[in-house]
Amino acid sequence: MAALTDLTLAQARDGLAAGEFTSVELTEAHIAATEAVRDLNCYILETPEAAREMAQAADDRRVRGEGGSLNGLPIAIKDLFCTTGVQSTAGSHILEGFVPPYESTVTRQLWDAGAVMLGKTNLDEFAMGSSNMTSYFGPVMNPWQRAGDAAAKLVPGGSSGGSAAIVAARGALASTGTDTGGSIRQPGSFCGIVGMKPTYGRCSRWGIIAFASSLDQAGPLTRTVEDAAIMLGVMAGHDPKDSTSVNVPVPDYEAALGTGVKGLRIGVPKECRLEGTPAEIEGLWQQGIEWLKAAGAEIVDISLPHTKYALPAYYIVAPAEASSNLARYDGVRYGLRVDGDSPQEMYENTRGEGFGAEVKRRVLIGTYVLSAGYYDAYYLQAQKVRTRIGQDFHEAWEKVDAILTPTTPSAAFAQGEKMDDPIAMYLNDVLTVPASMAGLPAISVPAGLSGDGLPLGLHVIGRPFDESTVFKVGHAIEEAANFTATPQLMAGGR
Amino acid sequence: MSLDKDTVRRIATLARIRVDEDALEPLAGELNNILGWVEQLNEVDTEGVPSMTSVVETEPFKRSDTVDDGGKAEQVLANAPEEAEQFFVVPKVVE
Repeated sequence: MAALTDLTLAQARDGLAAGEFTSVELTEAHIAATEAVRDLNCYILETPEAAREMAQAADDRRVRGEGGSLNGLPIAIKDLFCTTGVQSTAGSHILEGFVPPYESTVTRQLWDAGAVMLGKTNLDEFAMGSSNMTSYFGPVMNPWQRAGDAAAKLVPGGSSGGSAAIVAARGALASTGTDTGGSIRQPGSFCGIVGMKPTYGRCSRWGIIAFASSLDQAGPLTRTVEDAAIMLGVMAGHDPKDSTSVNVPVPDYEAALGTGVKGLRIGVPKECRLEGTPAEIEGLWQQGIEWLKAAGAEIVDISLPHTKYALPAYYIVAPAEASSNLARYDGVRYGLRVDGDSPQEMYENTRGEGFGAEVKRRVLIGTYVLSAGYYDAYYLQAQKVRTRIGQDFHEAWEKVDAILTPTTPSAAFAQGEKMDDPIAMYLNDVLTVPASMAGLPAISVPAGLSGDGLPLGLHVIGRPFDESTVFKVGHAIEEAANFTATPQLMAGGR
Repeated sequence: MSLDKDTVRRIATLARIRVDEDALEPLAGELNNILGWVEQLNEVDTEGVPSMTSVVETEPFKRSDTVDDGGKAEQVLANAPEEAEQFFVVPKVVE
């Protein structure tokens, strides 16, 4: 039998059900794996003791014939989800030591289904970044290395960098992430795993530390499309505590996988052929088109004319919402306080010291574009452009059932690269942001390797609330790609 | 539109973030780069286009307006940097 840490979530679930091993054994294997890859810095907080207790409880439930669909399966949680009695930091100094007295709805649903928490994963501070370099708790190392260059430490992507790296490194069966402009899909692509962002409103945002409220969505990071379908089925669902969570039934995503893509119309937007995109990314995209064609899908050339404006519009909308959301960190009720002689001085000192450079930059941009005299020129114009982006997709859905693009314009880059040029860093999300701006479900599936031997993902976007089709197309790509490459730095060795 | 040092100082005050005097100039440069880059949005014809107010078209749901939680002062205060007699303590507000 394969090592317990090499199993997919589905295989582990079936193995537990068949009594081949216990959750305690499965969890111990993952705790040991976590220790083996600790140098990657995937976790802000490991919770092995809680994991052991949850695993024992899961085994006890199984003996009684009880237990939900994830009973006994060890997973990792992005440290943006509030977890009762367990420090939740958002990767920020300002929340260091914050221990929520409540549980986010998404994690509550995972625990109710029987999942076991291994720890809280590292992320860009307040989920603002594409490299995990902005975390107060240090960068995460990608378990993948460039062929013949073990010296260069690569980024795992971001913001869900720790969540992606630990799943790629076989330290967890699956993890949760959040995606505001690409924060699940880009790290999924960089780490050679599957990352799924559902439709805005599909998962409750309650208890997730907010970055940009009209864009934030939770989703899973897994090693297979099937695993992502299993995870999302548990994470999704209406929550009266989040007024933007949508009250529509959650389909059986797993059942959608096997139905094939025959007859589906797949759109290929010409505007996503970006200037300067490496030939290997173009090549992989073309390969994806061929795969889907061979599986019986019809390829349709489409146009999303406002694609190039999605990223600049995002960099007004997201910072504007962030500046408002992050106003709560004032040193009064929780988190860091840096004293001052007046409340005003205390706020300024606390926020000056508690926020890192990128968070400050975005809060300042957001404050500026919302300030008197500039609101119309920046924020209102960006929200109008956003309507245009939504209209582009709306027109596309008359011709196609899903859209295929690459996930990222490059493979993983080295730690420290792009750090002195915020816009170069922002450009990582150029292909993922349009779906975010329109609230659409989208998945990244590992599809091939770069010339340097690094994973590259293909990106499938679907209609609102049609995650099933996205999974179906993702699954077809997964089957055709047969991506079996593994990272150099993983538990148990390559 | 271009930000100068004084504008950055004003925004930082609005945002309640302390920025050291010698950091204002470099920060103005960074913010101007970003704002210069987003200027391209003006190329988009948005005449008559409504601003997006809802990301996906859905029917908002209503819930009954009832108190279903509360009485948790201890938990609410558990993470407070400073508290006294069930109040958050802040520096003196009125001279």
